[in-house]
Amino acid sequence: MWIVRVQGEEFDVGAEDERLKRASPEVGAVVSFVGTVRGGEVQAMTLEHYPGMTEKSLVALVEEARRRWSLVAATVIHRVGRLMPGERIVFVGVASRHRAEAFAACEFLIDRLKTGAPFWKKEETNGATRWVEAREGDEERARRW
Amino acid sequence: MAVKVLYFAALRDALPLAAEEVALPAGVETVAALRAWLGSRGEEWAPLATWKTLRCARNQALCSWDEPVHDGDEVAFFPPVTGG
Repeated sequence: MWIVRVQGEEFDVGAEDERLKRASPEVGAVVSFVGTVRGGEVQAMTLEHYPGMTEKSLVALVEEARRRWSLVAATVIHRVGRLMPGERIVFVGVASRHRAEAFAACEFLIDRLKTGAPFWKKEETNGATRWVEAREGDEERARRW
Repeated sequence: MAVKVLYFAALRDALPLAAEEVALPAGVETVAALRAWLGSRGEEWAPLATWKTLRCARNQALCSWDEPVHDGDEVAFFPPVTGG
């Protein structure tokens, strides 16, 4: 019911939503967020992470969400390695009895993941690579919680 | 006193190593002091000392710069994270 995965492979959004829905007959709301690699100038994106700390920080985030909201299940999946535009990077899904908890916890999880979990993006544009800079807006969103 | 040190992402690309085991000289007792000492080992380590916004973790949890360092710790330095 509380799942955290860091993996290279693609994930199946429908299957993950279904698993959340089936976590308990009490589930009345499933909210999920999917982050993808934006197209445009970027030809590929490589996700690096800090093995060990990554999993610990995601587990800690899910535990904090469980303390703050009444949740039935949650799933956080983050991909690593080289991804192409349009590919999915991250899945955050939350199941609860009513929608308010699921909406809030899902937004909390992705906002805090973006500023606290040790992942780094490197973009490839016209054959050149550059590390993506952290955005101040992300810090502001994470501080709201 | 020995610690394992890890570097990630753009910082790692700017340094000679991604990971190392180091024996700490006397007086290096915090994560900030560890960074200053590691960054003072010559020109190729200067990016560690001068990097503008750097984050640190001790034993795989984000920490503050005044966090004490103990024998056997794993300390990591890296730029602000950009996942999600």
